Amino acid sequence: MSVAESCLQRNAWICPEYVTTRWDILVDALGQHLLLTFGAVVLGLLIALPVGVLASRSTAVETVASGVATVLYTIPSLAMFPLLLALGLSFGPGVVVVGLAIYSLGILLRNIVVGLQGVPDDTMDAAIGMGLSPRRALWSVELPLALPAILAGVRIATVSTVALVTVGGLFGFGGLGNRIIVGLNSRFNAEVLTATVMVVLVALVLDGLLLLAERRLTPWVRGRTA
Amino acid sequence: MNDSILLAALGWLTDPANWQGGSGIPTRLWEHVWVSGLSVLIAAALALPVALVLGHVGRGGALASTVANLGRAVPTLAVLVILVLSPEPFGLGNVVTCTVVALVLFAVPPILTNAYAGMRAVDQDLVEAARGMGLTPAQVLFRVELPLAVPLVVAGLRIATAQVIATATIAAIIAGPGLGRFITAGLGNQDTPQLIGGAVLVALFAVLVEVAFQLLQRRVTPARSSRQVVEDEVQVPAALR
Repeated sequence: MSVAESCLQRNAWICPEYVTTRWDILVDALGQHLLLTFGAVVLGLLIALPVGVLASRSTAVETVASGVATVLYTIPSLAMFPLLLALGLSFGPGVVVVGLAIYSLGILLRNIVVGLQGVPDDTMDAAIGMGLSPRRALWSVELPLALPAILAGVRIATVSTVALVTVGGLFGFGGLGNRIIVGLNSRFNAEVLTATVMVVLVALVLDGLLLLAERRLTPWVRGRTA
Repeated sequence: MNDSILLAALGWLTDPANWQGGSGIPTRLWEHVWVSGLSVLIAAALALPVALVLGHVGRGGALASTVANLGRAVPTLAVLVILVLSPEPFGLGNVVTCTVVALVLFAVPPILTNAYAGMRAVDQDLVEAARGMGLTPAQVLFRVELPLAVPLVVAGLRIATAQVIATATIAAIIAGPGLGRFITAGLGNQDTPQLIGGAVLVALFAVLVEVAFQLLQRRVTPARSSRQVVEDEVQVPAALR
């Protein structure tokens, strides 16, 4: 009605007053979002690295591992969380972390295998010829050379996970996704849009930070592509 | 494993009462099929011409990768909620429209980027040879580049379909069509057998469609270029190639 009517009363999509009055809630949701994302990508990496190393050495392991990862990757997230409950996981943030780790696993595994297989055989022969043990050759020659592909996988997995965490909101553990679900149920436009914009910003910021880390860790790549 | 939960879910799945009526399993399955199929068709009609033309002229690589990144960064759940809270022609009264629009939005990026990559991966010597033989640009596109790009085009359609089936499941939170409704109903009513039974149905459906697409993709892929298809979603830095 009047000009004095606040954007909250008008249920406006863009409402600075919403952000200032609900700052604490948003920061909490953001913190949970980051923790869930971090947990899922790290867990995915912990599983994908050893499996990826084995898969890069054996076609049989590669076929089985990539087949299993592809099938798991296909299961929609809304179904994944209940299925994990049925498999014995108890209700809580762990279900969301494990479920999302399974998706990041699918992305990470492919990139790790491609990265390791891209290391020239001559290089590995030279490393072994210089007297490196297989373990040393893996850690100080093979994995560093595969690092660009692995880090590219970590970036894609992180960005996808940030977006997917929101689905956890339906189960009460979705970080900013919790706000989107609450906003839907109370038809609160500013809450939905603010949380959505924050999710996209988190994805973009993490993507940028990982790109910086990638350049720092693999300076030789930039020199060659430039 | 939690045997009692799994048995209860099996009980829900085999109860004849859940296999009939306007909100029974066959109805919801059919909703999921047509809403997903329609969305993939619309997305393909929008994205394929753009990708083929951009790939043919060799421009738009930045556009393709931007679209791919946005498709990953924007949560599907948020788009569904924003659409259902929006005014006409969206909103609560138009849940099916909201669902189809959201599904199309998320199906476009994989179709676009894979078809574009497929066109760019065509050996330029072949294109040169075709030109040298006197083929018109249109003939080069449709008789040389497109047939060679088919494996990656199909890979894009496969990835888009998986994405669409997953997003159609999430559409249940806005009371949209499809199998996800059993999951949201199970959650809402604390009905664990329905929750798990619905999740099993959704997972089976998604995996079956994926397997069918994998077989199709294998059929349209000549043995020599199978490597390309395996790497469809992997973004390897140029320096490694």
